[in-house]
Amino acid sequence: MSAGVADIVADVVVVGAGPGGIAAATRAAESGRRTVVLDEGAELGGNIWRHRAGDGVPTQARKWMARFARSGAMVLNGASVVDARVTSGGDGFLVTAERASLACRVHGRALVLATGSRERFIPFPGWTLPGVHGVGGAQALLKAGLSFAGKRVVIAGTGPLLLPVAATLARAGARVVLVAEQAPARAVVGFALGLLTRPESLFQGARYRAGFLGTPYRTGSWVSEARGTERLEAVTVTDGRTTREIVCDVLCAAYGLIPSVELPRLLQCHVSDGAVVVDDLQQTSRPGVYCAGEATGIGGAELAIVEGELAGLSAAGSATDVELLRHRLRPLRRMAARMEHAFAPRAELRDIVTPDTIVCRCEDVRLRSIESGWNARQAKLYTRAGMGPCQGRVCGASLEFLFGWHADTVRLPSEPALLSTILAGTADESADSLHQGA
Amino acid sequence: MTDTWIVTIVADGRELRVAPGTSVAAALLGAGITTVRRSVTGEPRGPLCGMGVCFECRVTIDDVPHQRACLVTAKNGLRVTTAQQDAS
Repeated sequence: MSAGVADIVADVVVVGAGPGGIAAATRAAESGRRTVVLDEGAELGGNIWRHRAGDGVPTQARKWMARFARSGAMVLNGASVVDARVTSGGDGFLVTAERASLACRVHGRALVLATGSRERFIPFPGWTLPGVHGVGGAQALLKAGLSFAGKRVVIAGTGPLLLPVAATLARAGARVVLVAEQAPARAVVGFALGLLTRPESLFQGARYRAGFLGTPYRTGSWVSEARGTERLEAVTVTDGRTTREIVCDVLCAAYGLIPSVELPRLLQCHVSDGAVVVDDLQQTSRPGVYCAGEATGIGGAELAIVEGELAGLSAAGSATDVELLRHRLRPLRRMAARMEHAFAPRAELRDIVTPDTIVCRCEDVRLRSIESGWNARQAKLYTRAGMGPCQGRVCGASLEFLFGWHADTVRLPSEPALLSTILAGTADESADSLHQGA
Repeated sequence: MTDTWIVTIVADGRELRVAPGTSVAAALLGAGITTVRRSVTGEPRGPLCGMGVCFECRVTIDDVPHQRACLVTAKNGLRVTTAQQDAS
């Protein structure tokens, strides 16, 4: 083993400590497997279970975190995974991460990828101004201690996240002046009526609505421009016929969530429509690699937990509760499919970008320098779009929406890393020798 | 804030006092430092995704460049350098 590199040997390695990863790691460790969970965040729980210091933790999160703590699974937080590969002996997997500028290698017999999701951003003039955040982005900043008290906030985009974020910001003292949902009223109402079969969701919706009573909620409306010089000063909102200007300090704008599939793709797991394809044991097309939660398709924390439990048990080689869990998956997946249909971004959002609009924020690539006949690879080669530090995590989905492109291949490292970390990951040793030595 | 104890970090030479658990990104925005970096063509940029995806909030922390401010928790004595300093 190389000097300065921490090597850890496990049976099951879980990437991601959101609801799916926590459930997977808990079940694998409870089955008697040595289990290690890696997560980029400083705290466990992912973006959904993260909470403001002093705020009450959601019951479900508290229950799972307590169970996880008892399970004996080991945690590596603050660890950015830069590589995952099959070991040269073909008998296991090697996950390389960077943690406090040091390389860390975790060897395992089975891998559970619970890499979660991120927000879909669709560019519009002015969207790069400071003061423009994602919708989940603003919520994450609030949970991380940012005060929105007294701020004039516009929330725009699409999906079921708009209302809870509006309610949370309003409770935190923000003046939420408008919530603009791009989906037409009939789609939103249809989706809401579907919730009647799930009373707990309806109750949640009603509670959110009450949280920001008095704030206009407009369907069929979207932000067409953000203005300001050094920071956001105002936005233009349109319904396709009329426009109006709203002065504000903060704009939260995002168009739903998309699966984060860089690691699964690096391992050549089959991905279809942007989501990892899994069988009824949550196994991907690569044997020994399991996937759970948002990476298999956007469906929320409840679905992620069930998928995580299944993935953790499968990775541990246990058949306990498998039938029960599969039964619980079905209604949750049906609801996820309805959500995706109701909140699909409308075509008009392609018309608000101007030639001058930045489409790749890392490299400041403007729309005019991209030719529609290209593919993602050509845009990358000719303009550097997707070659910056985020590695296409933001512009990939934007360009896919604008041009219909499919994402380019994922290459090493999956996140910016020190050369020493990348080298540590390529200095492969067979898992067998390590397992024998452990 | 119910917290009675405070964490102090230094951003561009200025002391910022925040509640324990606050991220560096939240500390900077809370202090009115909205532009944390300049883009490759010199445009002002600040935190977008808040969860480590977009790399728009990268700053220098304790002399290590390109750290995502949203992923680092404020600790006493932590030193942050943003683009604000270069711009002013």
